[in-house]
Amino acid sequence: MTGSKVLKATGILALVGVAATAWLGLWVTPDAVGFPHGLVRLLYIHPPMAWVAFVAYGMAFLSSMLYLWPRTRHIRFDRMAGASAEVGVVFTGLTLATGSIWGRPTWGVWWTWDPLLTTTALLFVLYLGYLALRRVPGDPEVVARRSAIAALIAFVDVPVVYFSVSWWRSLHQAPTIDFTGRHLYVHGSMAWTLLLGFVSFTLAYAWLTAHRYRLAGLQDSEADEGLRYALDERRAEGLGPA
Amino acid sequence: MLRDAWLVAGKDLRIEARSRVALNQVVPFAAAVILLFGLALGPDRSVLAPASAGLFWIAVLLSCLLATQRSFAVESADGARDGLRLSGLDPAGIFLGKAGAVVAELLVLEALLALGVAVLYGAHLTGGLVLAAVCVTATVGLAAVGIIYGAVASGLRVKETLLPLLFLPVAAPVLLAATKAWDEALAGTPSGGLGWLSLLAVFAVVYVTIGIVAFGPLLEES
Amino acid sequence: MAPAVRLREAVALAGRFPLLAGVSLEIDEGEVAHVRGPNGAGKTSLLRLCCGLVPLHSGEASVLGHDLAIDRRALRKHVGMLGHQSLLYEELTVEENLRYALRSFGLEIEQAGPAAARLGLAGRVSATPVGRLSAGQRRRTALAVLVARDPRLWLLDEPHAGLDQEGRELLDELIAESRAKGRTVLLCSHEHEHAAALSDRTVWLAGGQVVEEPASVA
Repeated sequence: MTGSKVLKATGILALVGVAATAWLGLWVTPDAVGFPHGLVRLLYIHPPMAWVAFVAYGMAFLSSMLYLWPRTRHIRFDRMAGASAEVGVVFTGLTLATGSIWGRPTWGVWWTWDPLLTTTALLFVLYLGYLALRRVPGDPEVVARRSAIAALIAFVDVPVVYFSVSWWRSLHQAPTIDFTGRHLYVHGSMAWTLLLGFVSFTLAYAWLTAHRYRLAGLQDSEADEGLRYALDERRAEGLGPA
Repeated sequence: MLRDAWLVAGKDLRIEARSRVALNQVVPFAAAVILLFGLALGPDRSVLAPASAGLFWIAVLLSCLLATQRSFAVESADGARDGLRLSGLDPAGIFLGKAGAVVAELLVLEALLALGVAVLYGAHLTGGLVLAAVCVTATVGLAAVGIIYGAVASGLRVKETLLPLLFLPVAAPVLLAATKAWDEALAGTPSGGLGWLSLLAVFAVVYVTIGIVAFGPLLEES
Repeated sequence: MAPAVRLREAVALAGRFPLLAGVSLEIDEGEVAHVRGPNGAGKTSLLRLCCGLVPLHSGEASVLGHDLAIDRRALRKHVGMLGHQSLLYEELTVEENLRYALRSFGLEIEQAGPAAARLGLAGRVSATPVGRLSAGQRRRTALAVLVARDPRLWLLDEPHAGLDQEGRELLDELIAESRAKGRTVLLCSHEHEHAAALSDRTVWLAGGQVVEEPASVA
């Protein structure tokens, strides 16, 4: 039970791609001058993870809108939104972790109120709330509706959060964050590795989401099967001695 | 839609005038919050006065949670959604009416709270016009998000715990913008807060629009 | 005449539990139907489906010409439900509750006074907040809302419960009146003889389905 051939191929490609990114990033590419030893190697995974998280939320938003729109309403868009948001939350967590690891040697702190980092942290709690709402049991159509509206509210909040946080930071520039004089030139093998990182993490996202989506479909059909039994049982009540 | 909004808001405010829950419970709650901030930060006014805008808005945010929960609690106990759906009212009207009533209640609370902040933290309430404008726009945005999520969570057994988790992260930009705008006004440079004020206005417009559009599909669920 | 309620294999769910497991039923406009069956047979669910509170999962359902799968909202103006919950505002008086209900349906509030009087709620009682009334008086208030609105379809779920003798007689009169006016009534009641005398026909429910009249009655 691993789904279609395309899905399998995506999984294998993603695995090979991530492994190759790790190998290139850790051993082949040069260390960057002016950064703590080896730290620059985080570059090959941190931005791709953040990218995947945003793609996942975008996908969850799109699916939710397709669900809310009466003409395209189908429970599969709800499954897609849930699957994508779940993967998104995992990658947001990874983005925060790698960002923290980057921050410690670079700025001397585990956490800094950098606009991107702060936005990401708020996104993390925003979508944890969304997933918590999804888990509240109820009629499938009801759950899908309220989840879609929550996804709309959350997604619209993203640019507002980012804009306000960056404005806030630009007014109160903290001295610990100082990139001046430390420009990082991404070139040659570094650029290729970063590109590979983006591609293979996106493939990994597609693979994980597709599986989560498939699993949700299986859960639903199992529940539908259960419903058929429940209907028979309910009807039998009426046939017995009243 | 507006006729229904007016009807719902009038009804909610009349119930509030009778039951006095906001006055007897939410206002003392907000007062307790700002007192506790004072205890946590110590009696030093040079610490408290600069923080007063942020503490004020945190207290408003928490009170807004209570006010929206109350707004759905007055709809007959466990049949809140049933009652609203059977009422024959336009869903957008219900949304606007409920949000409007919460805005009215919160504005009164904010006026009292501002006095409290001035007395307890020694904040000088300068730039009154900007302060008031920020209160109105920020509160409209908060009430809109609160009422949408209140409807999402109403009828769920986990509503008390779920609503804050849903509401607070979305309200984060309002907290930030309102606090900064108040900071500017309290520092005697109210014009510096105008940019933040427009951000609050955008937030309010966006979420009021979402509420008007989304309340129909939201109530039609069971 | 077109049927007021028309259900074909209607299934309604609560989560994964089938409240209604395929109900087929036609009730003509102007008919008073007594809905009967043991506890848990789906009587309340049937009424809740008819006013659009429970979504239709599968099958067909139309009430007063409105398809329940598409327009439930337009239907609600014409349907009045008296359920276990009175759906009144405790802090508002009888009079205010009546006026609010009428206004929310876009109706004139003139009917409020006469309806309250009809249910014996005139005078001091009508100025009392509903929260301070007895259970029977609340029932009367909820009934007064129905009388004032005078909807085309009345859904009454155990309407006699909690009413005193005078209230019951009043209720019987009201049902007879609405029948005379050509309103359709679905009446769930465990007071069989009472309800049977008021109705044109009896619909038997069991296990979320319409069944034949059982030989032995529980």
